[in-house]
Amino acid sequence: MTRETPEMPENGSPVVLRLKRSPTVPLEAEVISPDVLGRLSNAEIRSLTVYHGKRQLPLGEFFDVEGEASQDLELHGNLTKVRWIGRGMSRGSITAHGTVGMHLGAHMSGGRIEVHGDAGDWVGAEMKKGFIHVHGNAGGQIGAAYRGSLSGMRDGTIIIDGSAGLEVGMRMRRGTIVVGGPVRDFAGLQMKGGTIVLLNGAEIRTGAWMNRGTIISLKPLQLMPTFAFATEFTPTVFRVIARRLAQWGIKLPYAASEGTYRLYSGDLAVPGKGEVFVWQPAA
Amino acid sequence: MLRITNGKVYDPANGIDGQIKDLYIDDHGRFVESIDGGRTIDASGMIVFPGGVDVHTHVAGGAINFARAMTPEDHRRTQAFIRTKTRRSGIGGMAPTTFATGYLYAGMGWTTVNEAAVPVLSARHTHEELSDIPIVDKASLTLLANNEILLDQLEAGEYERAKSIAAWYIWAAKSYGVKAVNPGGITAWKYGDNARQLTSPIPGYNKLTPGGIVTHLARICEELGMPHPLHLHCNNLGVPGNISTTIDTLKHLEGRRAHIAHTQYHAYGGDDWHTMCSETAQLAEYFNTHSNLTTDAGAVLFGDTVTITADGPWQHLLYKLTGRKWGNLDVENETGCGIVPYTYRPSNLVNAVQWASGLELLLLIRDPWQVFLSTDHPNGGCFWRYAEIIKLLMRADFRKECIQRLPDKIKKRITLPQIDREYTLYEIATAMSAGPARALGLKQKGNLGIGCDADVVIYEEDDDVERMFGHPRYVIKGGEVVIEDGDIRETPEGREFIFKPSYAPETEDFIRPLFEDCYTMSFDNYPVELERLEHPEVQEGTKP
Repeated sequence: MTRETPEMPENGSPVVLRLKRSPTVPLEAEVISPDVLGRLSNAEIRSLTVYHGKRQLPLGEFFDVEGEASQDLELHGNLTKVRWIGRGMSRGSITAHGTVGMHLGAHMSGGRIEVHGDAGDWVGAEMKKGFIHVHGNAGGQIGAAYRGSLSGMRDGTIIIDGSAGLEVGMRMRRGTIVVGGPVRDFAGLQMKGGTIVLLNGAEIRTGAWMNRGTIISLKPLQLMPTFAFATEFTPTVFRVIARRLAQWGIKLPYAASEGTYRLYSGDLAVPGKGEVFVWQPAA
Repeated sequence: MLRITNGKVYDPANGIDGQIKDLYIDDHGRFVESIDGGRTIDASGMIVFPGGVDVHTHVAGGAINFARAMTPEDHRRTQAFIRTKTRRSGIGGMAPTTFATGYLYAGMGWTTVNEAAVPVLSARHTHEELSDIPIVDKASLTLLANNEILLDQLEAGEYERAKSIAAWYIWAAKSYGVKAVNPGGITAWKYGDNARQLTSPIPGYNKLTPGGIVTHLARICEELGMPHPLHLHCNNLGVPGNISTTIDTLKHLEGRRAHIAHTQYHAYGGDDWHTMCSETAQLAEYFNTHSNLTTDAGAVLFGDTVTITADGPWQHLLYKLTGRKWGNLDVENETGCGIVPYTYRPSNLVNAVQWASGLELLLLIRDPWQVFLSTDHPNGGCFWRYAEIIKLLMRADFRKECIQRLPDKIKKRITLPQIDREYTLYEIATAMSAGPARALGLKQKGNLGIGCDADVVIYEEDDDVERMFGHPRYVIKGGEVVIEDGDIRETPEGREFIFKPSYAPETEDFIRPLFEDCYTMSFDNYPVELERLEHPEVQEGTKP
């Protein structure tokens, strides 16, 4: 971005964006990112370009903007139609109070996003690093590869407290996705690495076409016939994963007294070396 | 009218090697002895070449369109052409869109392209796309070596009828020449098989062999008086040890003229992927002693691309090797098609051998009138990267630097490190323009002589040859300045070269019932009407 005024020094209090006019069609607003707003004055932030359908409009048309020059952003309002929030961000934080639209944190390479509400499809798609926590439900293709791409998220963590849609972690290569609520079909589709933790199970075709990677489910799964039962055990590394997840209040059981995991390997149709662990509570 | 003065002219077709010479272009876009008035381009200190001619590329039709559809990931990262008053929108990348293809070729100084693989069944689609490729002139080749109606006649020993059928197909497709891809192999692929042995009958046939198809098609092209001889993609493309198949195929031509496509993919020794090595020396020697043959390198450049070919069985193998995306088209009775996106990596031994082999062929075949610049776009790399190859050919020290970056193990498998030859500008002009134009039988192309098409590219002389060839100062197409100082100035529509061979009048009546028996479309919709083409230039066959 070319700038005529000198860069603003960063300040401690966050930039607050309040939706004042609901977009009638999707609003593409990848400028809502600490990398873009971090050094801009209030007036400059308001004049940033967003795409309302095919029309280019200033951000100030849709948002009241408080504060300036901050790495931390706070969003308020029903942002269901606002897309690409935090796209490609590398630092800072975004906290949204309200539901956000598709492509939240796509391509991000650092920083934190927290949503107190629901999120749309493609949360953290093709992200490289960073942290996303959605306290409500999310859509499909979380941490996934965009159509045609070879790999989805390459690292980072995505936590969804509620439910999630189709193709969660599709073609992901690394990183962690945790979903608290029920998940729909094709979780871990064509997965190449990384970990998906399903606290509440998933519908059908979990791990289809997976090459490598780990899917952990705390509820029984209806697995495809191309997954072969291997053994029953709890890998030592689950203690490490459990300890890491505990900081967000997520409980991953690993004690032998509580039960064990049944390991299935597949997808043998590929043939892949992926692993699906299904929790088996002690009787 | 236009005059180009004081340029250093390289015109191999007329033996002009860097002399200072003025060129005059009349209002019909042809070179003339002199003109009165008109614009003058002062080309002092600049280099004047005939416009580039791509003898083998894939820029229009079902296969490349499938490749475009299959690679949305490339569209997201690639150069976008934004619509202006004079220019249409599009995208570049691995499989550029039609309009962008014209802009990119012209921007690089290429003014004629030959779409090298068109099934008759998708000829209509191909011509629609070709007419949307601006600036450059075009030709296309018809795929015939796996056409079952034709093969059945050859199997039955009905050579004369097969010749008439081939001629009918060429005219039905409004094409310029005949392409053979993996003769018999794609027919076999319909049954999950391939044709790996030149002298064994093709699966599904009792007598007909791939070698037989090669001999017959080469003879048909010769007897029909085609301006471009048989354009041949040999069997066993890409397979380690395929050099024996390739040499055998060349022997099956029985001394007839032929153009061998992307020979880099057909010049490997070894028994498997672990022992694969370059056998280009052997193949180059064959070319050096057989002046009936021309070839294009099909050179490989490291990076992402998408491979597309009518060679369906090979693409299935490539898909199995890479685990990448795979597209397969069945073109009814005529041919097949496979699409696999691919990344050539210097760290990969096989890819490194391929990279070296392409350059070796260009350097070891001594006569630049026999070996032409190509990447078999987009298979070995995208056409807009040709300047990189020119640099590798013209700078032996740069080539050595590149070899240094390859794995050590490679050095025993290639001959490139021992080659010191450097192309001169005259040889580059031959390999990128005059040579391919002559091989295509396009007398008015690749030639700055009086009466020829005024397709000229003017470069600012520069030690960095990659920059020089990548960014011409002027490109002139048919006398119009289309590129000037890096900008597209004019986007005239190009012509299409078509050859009309003669055939027995009853041929159509013979094909009709066979066609109606098994095709999914109506016979009357099958041949492309000449009126359908925007700017056809038809050359008629003379022999009966």
